[in-house]
Amino acid sequence: MKKDAAEQPQLELPLVQEEKRSGSAYGATFIMMLGVWCLLSGKFDALHLTLGVLSSALVSYFSADLLFSGPITGRTFRTFFGFLGYLPWLLYQILRAALHVMFLTFHPRMLELIDPQVIRFRTRLKSDLAQVTFANSITLTPGTVTIYVDFHRDFSVHAIDQVSAAGLPGEMERRIARAFGED
Amino acid sequence: MVIALLVIVCVVAGLLFFAGGTLGLLRFPDFYSRLHPAGKLDTMGALMVLLGLGLHQLFPLTLDSVLTGLKLMLILVFIFLASPTATHAIMDAGFRAGLEPWKKGDPRR
Repeated sequence: MKKDAAEQPQLELPLVQEEKRSGSAYGATFIMMLGVWCLLSGKFDALHLTLGVLSSALVSYFSADLLFSGPITGRTFRTFFGFLGYLPWLLYQILRAALHVMFLTFHPRMLELIDPQVIRFRTRLKSDLAQVTFANSITLTPGTVTIYVDFHRDFSVHAIDQVSAAGLPGEMERRIARAFGED
Repeated sequence: MVIALLVIVCVVAGLLFFAGGTLGLLRFPDFYSRLHPAGKLDTMGALMVLLGLGLHQLFPLTLDSVLTGLKLMLILVFIFLASPTATHAIMDAGFRAGLEPWKKGDPRR
């Protein structure tokens, strides 16, 4: 019963959001596009900047609802900075787990150490973005790969050995929940 | 001098990760477990090598060198988005096609 109540909004959201395209989403997309243009062109004379403004405006007109699915609010910024705060920890985990897989790879009796297994668990993360972040974080951390995430928020994860499997969902889910304000 | 040393450490560590990824691709027993080193140690290797290259071309500090450094970091961002997605897609395809994962005790494939 509780599950149904939680799933219903996910079904409805994309349909509703197609209707309202907000000005702040255009603005934010435009600024991002212009930033990438300046970074990639590296030329700051009138011609290149004009072309950049024109093409950024065109792209943000076409695809503002692609990057931001609603108006920009304080929540958008909180999520952004929460995500930035999550990145260093993720990088540290990637490094640690990469060293573990390196150890396995170079170990002479590797076949005795590894124990591939598929583990399943249900996440409590609600938003699509948080679930994608969680799935990609699991895949980025060597030793575990997300196979499938289904509609009921069930994750299937392939883990190379017990050590890699032990940490899931655990701390990573907690940190993502905090980063996306779902605690 | 210190910068050069840091660059060397970064690039050599990156190359070690790449070597580990390649060796793992050959040594692990089946389709799924081979994807672990192939997909992720490569990402780690790219991270280290690109960090080293970014550091190497950053000095002397000018607008151009900063822009080039940022472009290298942009490559890194795209690798970190694309690599796990591709690894997941390949692994998902294997499970959809019904390939059984290797279990402890099975012969190598």
